Amino acid sequence: MTDAPLIRLRGLQKYYGDYHALRGIDLDIERGEFFSLLGPSGCGKTTLLRVIAGFEDVSEGTVVLAGEEMTRVAPNKRPTNMVFQSYAIFPHLSVGQNVGFGLRKRRDLTADAKDGLIAEALAMVGLDGYADRAAHALSGGQRQRVALARALVLKPKVLLLDEPLSALDKKMREHMQVELIRLQRQVGITFILVTHDQEEALVMSDRIAVMFEGGVAQIAEAEDLYRRPNSRRVAEFIGTMNFLPATVTGDRVSVPGLGEVPLAAVQATATTDGETVVGFRPETATLLFDGQADTDHVASGHVAEVVYYGDMTYYDVALSGTEATVRLSMRNVFGRPVLEIGAAARVAWSPGALVLFR
Amino acid sequence: MGVPLDQDTKRGLTLIAPPLVYALALLAGPLLAVLVFSFWTQDYLTIDRTPTLANYAEALTDPIYRTIMGRSIAISGVVTIVTVILAFPVAYYVSFHVRPDRKSLWLFLITIPFWTSYLLRIFLWKVMLGFNGVINSALTGLGLIDAPLTFLLYNANAVVLTLSHAFAPFAILPIFVALEKIDRSLLEAARDLGETAVTTFLRVTLPLAMPGVIAALLIVFIPTVGDYVTPAEVGGPGGLMIANLIQAHFGGLNNAPMGATLAILAMGIVTIIALATVLIARKLSGGAR
Repeated sequence: MTDAPLIRLRGLQKYYGDYHALRGIDLDIERGEFFSLLGPSGCGKTTLLRVIAGFEDVSEGTVVLAGEEMTRVAPNKRPTNMVFQSYAIFPHLSVGQNVGFGLRKRRDLTADAKDGLIAEALAMVGLDGYADRAAHALSGGQRQRVALARALVLKPKVLLLDEPLSALDKKMREHMQVELIRLQRQVGITFILVTHDQEEALVMSDRIAVMFEGGVAQIAEAEDLYRRPNSRRVAEFIGTMNFLPATVTGDRVSVPGLGEVPLAAVQATATTDGETVVGFRPETATLLFDGQADTDHVASGHVAEVVYYGDMTYYDVALSGTEATVRLSMRNVFGRPVLEIGAAARVAWSPGALVLFR
Repeated sequence: MGVPLDQDTKRGLTLIAPPLVYALALLAGPLLAVLVFSFWTQDYLTIDRTPTLANYAEALTDPIYRTIMGRSIAISGVVTIVTVILAFPVAYYVSFHVRPDRKSLWLFLITIPFWTSYLLRIFLWKVMLGFNGVINSALTGLGLIDAPLTFLLYNANAVVLTLSHAFAPFAILPIFVALEKIDRSLLEAARDLGETAVTTFLRVTLPLAMPGVIAALLIVFIPTVGDYVTPAEVGGPGGLMIANLIQAHFGGLNNAPMGATLAILAMGIVTIIALATVLIARKLSGGAR
C-alpha cells in the first residue's frame, strides 16, 4: 500500500467509570476494504465502531480518518455514516425523506438533483418507487435497505454497520449478506461491520479483527483466520476445533493418539520444547470406510457419538490409547453409510492441518 | 337490538353497567339539564319554560358577554402557551439528562404542588404578589422601588401566573411521555447524517414530541377556560373570566337560564378550538405517522 490507510487508530483506551471497554486498540483499515470487527457481546466491538463514528469519546489514543486527526470531532463532521442496529428510520418521515435526510445541507444541489440521488440510492438497494411510502409501514428487511440507502446517498468514505443483520430471519440474513458484498464492490466504499456471528464475518469480510475484552486478539483475512488462528481462544470462537495435548521435543511434535510428526510439518505459533496443545478442524481429518486404503497418517479408535445433519454427519471418535475424543465432519456423499456408535473407526489426518498453540 | 348476546358480551355489559349508570347520572344528566335550561328564560322570580333562542341571541350580541368570553379565551391561550413553553425544557431535562433510576423521583417531585389544596396555593400567590406582599416588601426593602408595585395582583397577569404554575405538571407529563418514547438512536442517526445538536432537535426531537405537546396544549387549555376560582381570587375586575359570569348568573344575578346558555357557548367554543388544534397538528405532521 502506497497510500496511508483510510482509518488509523492508535492506542485507543476507553473507560466507563471502572470498566475498561477498550484496551489499547491499534488498527489500520485500508480504502475500499470490507473489514469486520468480530467478537462475543461485551468485547468492545460496538464501542470501537461508535468511537470511529464519533458517538463515543476515547479516554486515550487517536482516531485518524482519511489523513485527518478526528479524535474529538463531532459525528456530523466526520466522513463516516452508520447503519444502526435498530436501523433508526425516522418514523415521522416518508422513505424518500428518510433517504434524503442528510442531503438537506447540500446547498450545491437543486431539489431535482436531490430527488435524483434519492431515487438512485433507492434503486441501488432494490426499493425503486418506494420514495413516497410511509416509513413506519416497512418490513424489517426494507427498513434495513432504507438505512443503507440513507447512508450511501451521502457517499461517505466509510460506512459503519452495527450488527445490521441480527434482526433479520435466517433466509433474509443470508440474502442481505450477498447484497451487502455486491453493494460494497459496486460503490467501493470502505465498510466496517460489527458482528458476533463468525460465519457472517467469514462470508463477508476481506479482513477480520477478532476482539476479546476490549482488545484485538488477531487481525487476518478470513481464510487465514480460520486456518491459522493464533490462539486457542480465537480458534474456539471461529468454528469448531479439536484440541489435543502434545509435546515438542527438538524438531518433533508428539501427539498421543495421532502419532509423531516433524515440527516443520505443522503450523506452529511457538516452537519451544515442552507440553503444548495442537488443534485441527473437523473437516481436515477423514474417516476411512471399508475398502479405503490407509494413508501415511492414520489413527484408530471407535465412534463415540453420531450427529446426523442431512448433508453432513458429525462423528465424535475416541482415539485408541488416549482419553481424547475428536470431532470429524463427513459429507454424506451418495452410497456412503453412516457409521453407528461403537463401530471401529480409522481416522486419516494430515500434519499440515495441525495448528500448534503456545 | 335483536342481536343474540354471547356469554362474553353479557359479562362485559354487566361489568360496565354500574360505571355507565354512574357516568350517565352524574355527567350526562346535569349536562342535559344545563342544555334544557339554556333554552328557557328567567322571568323575574319564575322561569319561563317556553323554548326560545333569546338567551343565545343576547349572549352573542351583548358586548359584555363577548368581551369576557374573548378575554377568557385570550387568558387561557396565554396560560396554555406559557405553561407548555415552560414545561417543555423541564420534560426534556428529565427525559434526556436525568439518570434513568432517578426519573421517577423527579416526576414525583414535580407533583409536589398537588400536595396542598389549590385554594391554598392561590392564597400563597396573593401573599407573594400583594400590595404588602413578599415581592413588594423585598423590592421596597432593597430600595429598588419607592412605592409598592400595583400591577402584580388583581389583573390578568396574576391569573396567567397562578394558572401556569398550577397546570405545569399537567403539561410536563404528556411531553415527558412523548420524549421518552423517542428512540435515542434516531437522534444519533440525525447527528450521523450531518445535523448539529440544534438542527437534530428541530428536525427529529420536536416533530416526534408533537403528540405530547398537543396533548399538553389541550390538557391546559380546556380546564383553564372554565376556571373561576383563580380569576375570582387574583383576577380583580380586569381579570374576570367567563366562569365568573356563569357563576354570577346562577347565583347573585338569579338568571340560571342565561348562565346555562353561557356555559353551553363556552363548551362549544372550547370544543371548536380543541378540534381545530388537533386538525392543524395532524396536518402539520403530514399524516406520515
